[in-house]
Amino acid sequence: MTRKRRRLNVLLLCGLGLGSATALTLTAFQDNLVFFRSPSDIAREAPPPNRAFRLGGLVENGSLQREAGPDGRPAARFRVTDGASTLSVTYAGILPDLFREGQGVVALGTMGPDGSFRASEVLARHDETYMPPEVADALKRSGHWNPAEGGAPPAASWNRLDPETRPARAAGGGSDGG
Amino acid sequence: METFTSDGALPGTAAASPAARGRGGARLHRFANPGRFLRLSGRVLPWLIGAAVLALGVGLPWALFFSPPDWQQGETVRILHVHVPMAWLAMGGYAGLAIGSFVALVWRHPLADLACRELSPVGATVTALCLATGSIWGRPMWGTWWVWDARLTSVLVLFFLWLGHAALVRAFEDPERGARMGAILALVGAVNLPVVKFSVDWWNTLHQPASVTRIGAPALHADILYPLLVCALGFTLAFAALVLARTRAAVMERRVRALQTAAAWRAEAGGAA
Repeated sequence: MTRKRRRLNVLLLCGLGLGSATALTLTAFQDNLVFFRSPSDIAREAPPPNRAFRLGGLVENGSLQREAGPDGRPAARFRVTDGASTLSVTYAGILPDLFREGQGVVALGTMGPDGSFRASEVLARHDETYMPPEVADALKRSGHWNPAEGGAPPAASWNRLDPETRPARAAGGGSDGG
Repeated sequence: METFTSDGALPGTAAASPAARGRGGARLHRFANPGRFLRLSGRVLPWLIGAAVLALGVGLPWALFFSPPDWQQGETVRILHVHVPMAWLAMGGYAGLAIGSFVALVWRHPLADLACRELSPVGATVTALCLATGSIWGRPMWGTWWVWDARLTSVLVLFFLWLGHAALVRAFEDPERGARMGAILALVGAVNLPVVKFSVDWWNTLHQPASVTRIGAPALHADILYPLLVCALGFTLAFAALVLARTRAAVMERRVRALQTAAAWRAEAGGAA
């Protein structure tokens, strides 16, 4: 065995060891590496009151009520769903621009005594789809997609759609939030 | 062995080193000859720069002015055309660093050492740009500059690995020793690459999953995808040109130093006689 061959084998062996060690560690920490918990997780195992955690899911369609809080700051009340369970959320403060019904959100806060989630921070979580406004309008108009109900249809059905062929220009632009 | 590889930087001696005569390594070591590398890269570099300028000249105006906005993110989506190529380069460049380090460790390839040394500052820069553009994008869209989710944290680790490599290879009196330490760090850090890539699939994160490199059709409309691909090509060519130019400068610098050392030796020998 030449020295080169030996160095190659040692390196490959080290790589194998390090790779498996990392894989094992990450698997072991799987449960601790979550950025947010879903309403189903909370329903299964509610965290103790006053313990801060992050709640993630979609803003349920038709659940958003915007109101003015006691001190005049904007406040909102909505429900977060992951399909299986829902949890109602209250928040006082300014919501991010992308916040709307059907949008993903990640909220930081604690469980209140009434079983609702009191958020101190709400972040919007958008999905991996990107499309021009005209294409989104065409999909909405044709009944293929209601953004308030969840994510866009499979990408192959719209990612080559020609926005010019649809009479959607007039409506164009702007976000159709809420 | 060490003396042979550092002699390799002197004109014409690399091809005669014992490593070059090893079986299988002969073809690889043809390119270890610094003279041949300088000639070859000198011919390629102008074309690389020209292609990068052309691709970015077409891609950036297309992406920043002529591509459509996103239906919900509006004009802010244009950050994508810089952020995504920087992220790809941060990871692709690191894969290159790991391969170069592997070659340098196994075959004691002096040119691979030099290329790795010159790669890491450029890699650190694109990773910093990826983090900065991501932060600027995250503030208006997500509502925060930064969160400690798996994707963002693993890219920050990638940035520290780049910085660490750049610092470590320069931290030793003996450049050969620095290169060896840096190569080991680069290979150990390579376990972070799959973590960065799959963090959005393995764990729930604030960052959305991949839009382009995913199973099934790309989740971007063609009018947004094509300018992105042209920008990515342009940035990649520019990255390659930058690293190649730096490596050429490093080879020439080492050659000058070797010649100066040889001249000093001769002068000393002449003075003693």
